[in-house]
Amino acid sequence: MMERFYNPVLVKELKLRFRSFKSFSGLMFYLAVLCIFIAGFLLLTTEFTGRGFFRPETSFMMFAVLTILQMALVLFITPSLTAGAISSEREKQTLNILLTTTQSSTQIVIGKLLSSVAFLVLMLVAGLPLYSLVFLFGGVSPSQLISIFLFYLVTVVAIGSIGVMFSTITKRTIVAMIATYGSIIFLGGITAFFFFLTMAFHQMGNAIGTGASFMTYFWASINPGALMLTLISPEMGDALAELSGVELPVWITYLIAYVFIIVLCLTIAIKKLRANMKSNR
Amino acid sequence: MIEIRDLTKRYGSFTALDHLNLSLEEGVVFGFVGANGAGKSTTFSILATLLSPTSGDALINGKSVVKEPKEVRKQIGYMPDFFGVYDQLKVDEYLDFYGASYGIQLAERQVLIPQLLELVNLTSKRYEYVDLLSRGMKQRLCLARALIHDPKVLILDEPASGLDPRARVEMRDILRNLKSMGKTILISSHILPELAEMCDEIGVIDNGKLIAHGNVAAIQAQLQGEKRIVLKVTDQLDAVRAFLEEDPHISSIDVIENRLELAFNYRGTDAEQVALLKKAMLTDLPIYALSEEEKDLEDVFMAITKGADNQ
Repeated sequence: MMERFYNPVLVKELKLRFRSFKSFSGLMFYLAVLCIFIAGFLLLTTEFTGRGFFRPETSFMMFAVLTILQMALVLFITPSLTAGAISSEREKQTLNILLTTTQSSTQIVIGKLLSSVAFLVLMLVAGLPLYSLVFLFGGVSPSQLISIFLFYLVTVVAIGSIGVMFSTITKRTIVAMIATYGSIIFLGGITAFFFFLTMAFHQMGNAIGTGASFMTYFWASINPGALMLTLISPEMGDALAELSGVELPVWITYLIAYVFIIVLCLTIAIKKLRANMKSNR
Repeated sequence: MIEIRDLTKRYGSFTALDHLNLSLEEGVVFGFVGANGAGKSTTFSILATLLSPTSGDALINGKSVVKEPKEVRKQIGYMPDFFGVYDQLKVDEYLDFYGASYGIQLAERQVLIPQLLELVNLTSKRYEYVDLLSRGMKQRLCLARALIHDPKVLILDEPASGLDPRARVEMRDILRNLKSMGKTILISSHILPELAEMCDEIGVIDNGKLIAHGNVAAIQAQLQGEKRIVLKVTDQLDAVRAFLEEDPHISSIDVIENRLELAFNYRGTDAEQVALLKKAMLTDLPIYALSEEEKDLEDVFMAITKGADNQ
């Protein structure tokens, strides 16, 4: 039974990843950023006296900023872990040998993706003790935390799939890396810009009566930052529903959009892995 | 065992392989000779299911590389001309990874790995990191990797390139061992002269076309046509030269004065050569030895590649 689910690429990747110093330094960097931020936040709110007090609202505030910060870190780190998945094998001249084994393209691509996702999950889990500091002060429900972590996972898998796809279709890691960061800038930045743009149009258009409201909702719902805000404070979601007239919760649209990205990118990656072969078996 | 039919590969207007036909029996060791860019690696890549042909097909043990690549992969062990290894992976883990990639169960892999390392003389390196091995050792490890699923056919693209003489000899011994195990082996190599003794058949490829195919001696005869003969004399180089110039089958006479030798190309039949020798013996010329210059595959290779350059 174990052999059935045994993915050689996944096992090999995990082995290599945990043997490299880079992985541990990356993890350290990640936790250091979280630590510095939390310490700074605590010091600021207690006004550096050490005797100040910490209200649940402040704790909630910390939770909100921490969530966004963690999302930003995840978006920043994922491409560096996945954009080299296939192209680095190509650069190291190990890909051809791998492709002559009887492993299917799907197995190879999924193995590559899962190994990166596993490491990111480790990062998120390693950050949990720091994160749970907010529980010490209250103001946040565990279910909220769980849903936020689930959406981190969805986002990580989606960005990872984009990285693996670019890594498969471009010849070089650096190009794949740039393309993946480009996609993140689109998902995190350009969508926010379009959101504000369509909102402004909508407000101007109220007089003229244009129907830009759906687009406003759409741009907001595929933005990881906006999703996190609506998860942190549901009022944000209500405000968006009121503004755009679309009642569907943002997380549903986000989930659909990102699952679509995952499926699309992985399909392309699997199809293009053996690009020089007509049939992909 | 291997049946290549009208295999053609085009890259835009460039034809890398032009209707290549080749048929090989089981257990044959086949040497593929040709200049760089003649189409050797392209052929091997197609056989290794890394590249689709533009047209034509190749069957390995009855399985088509175009229609059943996955079945073909079970039959072949492929070693590319250039390959890398993973850093931070030990020799036995390297083999274990590829074993698992071929779907070999863990228990079986644990039995196989020491056997394969024994075969390629790497038993002592079992727990060392792969990237710290020498080039020759990596090459042997890669060969062990290609053997892990016990393939019937081995496709070795330049297996001895970049190796020092000792490593080449080791590689040759291993290949001889594999031949005795009944594997069908395809080798391309620029050090083919060294491997010639173990190749049953040789194919010469030029500009994507197979221009000759057969056993080593037949190929040499087919490609050279004329022999080079060396005469040793004690004196009178000029007189001997004048004697030789009278024979219509002789051309390109070189006089090597410091060694008192004359070398020339001879186009005649063996009977005509006997007549020439008799005639020479009847003169008073001080000839004390006559020998045919051994042309090995390297010369053949040089002749072919020179021809390719001239085109």
